[in-house]
Amino acid sequence: MSILVYIEQSEGAIKKSSLEALSFAKAFSEKIGGGEVVAVALGDIADDELTKTGTAGASKVLHVKDSRLTSGIIQAHAEAVAQVFNKIGAKTLVLAKSSLGDAVAARLSIKLNAGLVSNVVELPDTSSGFKVKRSIYTGKAFAQTEMTSENKILAVKKNAVPLKTDGATAAVETLELNLDDHNFSTKIISTDKATGEILLPEADIVVSGGRGMKGPENWNLIEDLAKELGAATGCSKPVSDIGWRPHHEHVGQTGVKVAPSLYLAVGISGAIQHLAGVNSSKCIVVINKDPEAPFFKAADYGIVGDAFEVLPKLTSAIKAIK
Amino acid sequence: MKILVCITHVPDTTSKIQFTENNTQFDKNGVQFIIGPYDDYALARAVELKEQLGASLTVMNVGESDSDPTLRKALAIGADDAIRVNAFPKDSLFVANQIAHIAKSNGYELILMGRESIDFNGGMVHGMVGELLGMPSISPVMKLEVEGDTVKMSREIEGGKEYVEAKLPLIAGCQEPIAEWKIPNMRGIMSARTKPFSVVEPVVEEGNSRVISYELPPAKAGVKLVDKDNVEELVRLLKNEAKVL
Ligand SMILES: Cc1cc2nc3c(=O)[nH]c(=O)nc-3n(C[C@H](O)[C@H](O)[C@H](O)COP(=O)(O)OP(=O)(O)OC[C@H]3O[C@@H](n4cnc5c(N)ncnc54)[C@H](O)[C@@H]3O)c2cc1C
Ligand SMILES: Nc1ncnc2c1ncn2[C@@H]1O[C@H](COP(=O)(O)O)[C@@H](O)[C@H]1O
Repeated sequence: MSILVYIEQSEGAIKKSSLEALSFAKAFSEKIGGGEVVAVALGDIADDELTKTGTAGASKVLHVKDSRLTSGIIQAHAEAVAQVFNKIGAKTLVLAKSSLGDAVAARLSIKLNAGLVSNVVELPDTSSGFKVKRSIYTGKAFAQTEMTSENKILAVKKNAVPLKTDGATAAVETLELNLDDHNFSTKIISTDKATGEILLPEADIVVSGGRGMKGPENWNLIEDLAKELGAATGCSKPVSDIGWRPHHEHVGQTGVKVAPSLYLAVGISGAIQHLAGVNSSKCIVVINKDPEAPFFKAADYGIVGDAFEVLPKLTSAIKAIK
Repeated sequence: MKILVCITHVPDTTSKIQFTENNTQFDKNGVQFIIGPYDDYALARAVELKEQLGASLTVMNVGESDSDPTLRKALAIGADDAIRVNAFPKDSLFVANQIAHIAKSNGYELILMGRESIDFNGGMVHGMVGELLGMPSISPVMKLEVEGDTVKMSREIEGGKEYVEAKLPLIAGCQEPIAEWKIPNMRGIMSARTKPFSVVEPVVEEGNSRVISYELPPAKAGVKLVDKDNVEELVRLLKNEAKVL
């Protein structure tokens, strides 16, 4: 039985989160003893980009070339993926949690009469029934969830399985679908997006600054360290509320939830609402001048000190090991 | 115009999460419940639209009677009437079916929800209801303006936003900075007591998932402090001990 994986692109490149979803599907198929992993890609995207899905576990990519699908119109993507799912007779759909993925998966669950579990953090347990572990209460707990429908959709959280990169290539097949105009009734007028930046939700390392950074003019210290580490930059909510940083960098309960290998928090007190967005990180480092800052309780490593002194030193120390 | 806002009744964001009954029940002991923060943004924007467009504003929740104070608070903030579907919200599909049924019966043109609930964080109910009703569902929405039958929105994407237009009727999953949270005033609290509040029975629908057990993440081992004048030590630990560099 094939496992279908919905993959997303950003500026013509397959998103890293989608490669993680493919790795998840591949690991799952190996766990249950077989089943082909098939990727579905929508809209304009180059063939040599598509073949890369093979490294992460796809044996085949079904490419729906309809240019109208290049931008992420939620209803249209849901309809296209549903048609592909039915066409290949899949029973399981895997995708990465994302702003588009979540919205598409929800509509698909109705179209396909499929159970949907989001924030999946490990491979399903199929020893009796079909059980999935998902993160709930914004990372403060987990729930073992039993899915009872025949068709299933799993929206996978970052770092649920390691990214697979074995260098295989996937075969690309193009597919024509019949997509009625009404699926495109939502119009995307324009996009306003930082280009060339490492996307926060996908980043393996995140350097975040809080109110302790005193003002936007000091963010070069955060950015220098991030650059040296190949990291994305984040911030606390008050920092984006005052407009020091853009809203899409705000991490926490009401902002972006990150799950990097390394989260560095500088001048952030560690309020419970901030921690909710970072508690899935593998390793947390806190730099704060107040030894009583609550963030130290959630940290693996810490430095009690002034960010303005510590950051330049840390940036040079990272540079030195390269 | 008729606006519906769907709100969750969830633990306050500072709550310590615990479970009882052998990790099969959420422990409500000492937990303060609130309107979901994202739902609160949806409600705040709906109150503004109501004033701007002269719309009617209904709030609804699928939940048991302990949700009533949360719905009353939404009335105090500015909703005109409240509906509670009297049922334990088993799973997203079950909830979506209840909302779709109410929405269809009452003909709402704009349905606002939160981007996600902060208990189960699904971010799914708006899309499900959209599909059940054949309406567009846009989420997460950071700005929403109604001009005639067109709704202009900005939607958050990874690393930025996109500007989207769709026609009514539609559903949006909201987040900040769509509007500022509103705090009920004394007049609102007084008038909330007499606003229409109906409790209806659920339409019979099965869910398709079930929580078997809950668990808490393992406790952190404790922080290892490094001297501020020895950042090289931190780099070494991150590289060799944590293996994250
Ligand atoms: C419903 C709700 C939702 C929320 N959602 C979020 C959310 O999603 N994300 C979020 O971040 N917050 C959220 N908050 C806000 C949260 O409660 C905190 O107010 C916020 O996280 C504090 O931000 P901060 O740590 O940057 O600022 P502060 O609390 O002001 O902390 C600044 C820190 O910097 C340190 N500092 C100062 N100077 C220096 C220096 N020179 N060097 C080193 N350290 C220094 C201080 O010791 C202090 O610990 C939410 C609140 C509510 C009520
Ligand atoms: N039990 C419920 N009652 C009313 N609305 C709900 C309920 N559960 C979810 N919603 C709405 O659906 C949104 C998304 O929820 P979820 O898919 O659970 O993350 C929430 O922000 C609410 O607006």
